[in-house]
Amino acid sequence: MQETPAIDVRGVSLTYVGPPPVAALTGASLQVERGQFASLVGPSGCGKSTLLRVLAGLARPDEGWADLQGQDAVGVTALAAYMPQRDLLLPWRRALGNAVLGAELAGVPRADAEVQARGLMARFGLEGFERAWPGQLSGGMRQRLALLRTFLAPREVLLLDEPFGALDALTRREMQEWLQEVWRQDGRTVLLVTHDIDEAITLSDTVFVMSGRPGRIVRRVDVDLPRPRAALDSTSVRFSELKAEVLEALTAVR
Amino acid sequence: MTHAGRALRGRAGEALPALAFLLTVLVVWEVTVRALDVAPYLVPAPSRVWDAFLETRGVLPGHIRTTMTEALAGLFIACASGVGIAGLLAASVPSRRALYPLLVISQNIPMVVLAPLLAVWFGFGIMPKVLIVALIGFFPIVVSTTDGLLRADRDLVELARSLGAGRWQVLRTILIPSAVPAFFAGLQISAAYAVLGAVIGEWVGASSGLGLFIARSQRAFRVDQVFVAVIVIAAVSIALFAAVHLLARLAMPWQHAGRERTERGV
Repeated sequence: MQETPAIDVRGVSLTYVGPPPVAALTGASLQVERGQFASLVGPSGCGKSTLLRVLAGLARPDEGWADLQGQDAVGVTALAAYMPQRDLLLPWRRALGNAVLGAELAGVPRADAEVQARGLMARFGLEGFERAWPGQLSGGMRQRLALLRTFLAPREVLLLDEPFGALDALTRREMQEWLQEVWRQDGRTVLLVTHDIDEAITLSDTVFVMSGRPGRIVRRVDVDLPRPRAALDSTSVRFSELKAEVLEALTAVR
Repeated sequence: MTHAGRALRGRAGEALPALAFLLTVLVVWEVTVRALDVAPYLVPAPSRVWDAFLETRGVLPGHIRTTMTEALAGLFIACASGVGIAGLLAASVPSRRALYPLLVISQNIPMVVLAPLLAVWFGFGIMPKVLIVALIGFFPIVVSTTDGLLRADRDLVELARSLGAGRWQVLRTILIPSAVPAFFAGLQISAAYAVLGAVIGEWVGASSGLGLFIARSQRAFRVDQVFVAVIVIAAVSIALFAAVHLLARLAMPWQHAGRERTERGV
């Protein structure tokens, strides 16, 4: 018997009611196996974020269905840990308080969540900043804190919407390497939305390419590069081939 | 030199022009009154006001205590009722439509009309003054807090929901903390008018308080004492305002934490 995929989206269509009505998704389908790292790339405004919001239970599709670990996820929140584009830290909570928000809302006792968070602060490069306010943290640290909050939510599936979108190129590369390490030790299923093809290939087992609006999945590219992947791997021949494949899929559908 | 030390010296430097101006006004006032020999029951010289202060300082603390008690009790009622009504208004559109016009009307009853009525109904004790302060004070708190609740970042609410928060958890973790700065903005306005409200109530009829002190002084043509009362009222108002400001700082430590961004790491 085949294992239930961690993420299973079939024929999802969604039109935002206007005026004017905007068709965001049309028949989007994708499957991600348990413990896999998958990315979703596509032109801006193609509905990548909408698809993530559907999986997070925040947007309701007009057609199709979305399952998380075999459970119907349509209109159901809290089945996955969702990290929106903005870091959305609560300004009135210190770093540690923000880190435990997801766990706290999931019903984990605050004290237990704090113990767990303290143990992870170092791995997320936040050691010594437990009592800092979000306003005192740099952009990279805020993003890592938002990621820590997402990781601490006791969910098997993580939905990350352009977590590094607002960071400069250098910081971004550091964060990608770091995220790869964190994920390798963590082993949960990740669906990452990005518009950066290099980022998608570097991090993922599978890259899904979306068409322009209304979005659907037009290509699935399996990344067979060995892990761990270093920054230099992006200059390898195989990497270039994969990148060409993604780019070709992107240009073909515009 | 520490940050705090520099900040303090900066503050003192900022206050210097104001102090110099105040001193000049006082000197000109004193000289003019003496030179033109103005009657003290019309305009007393600053030195005479000072004498009146020394003369009345024995009775002032009692009046100040009464006025302060009324202002604080009134503000407390204003906060409790204001936050409650704000919650109600923010919760539903129909309640906003039903209550907002009434709230605006309540603010348009002239205090000079209401104060004597309250004195007739509740007597010369502190009760009618407390009610006046509460009536003046609850409106800014309602408007401001309602606004704060309604303006909470929708994305934060959605994030909390996506993490599994129910209605009450959203209220507790997102909406209420979001509204705290707005609540204090409203409370500061209320605090600025609180002492004035209490004084108006006392002026109409009271057994103690700064308003009563003013009324008695006026009847005795002691304009110098009226000046003393005005200065004391200003000082008490400023103290109350500063106390609320301090309270706001304590309640919102994140707003005053050092803005310097950390250089460590990315």
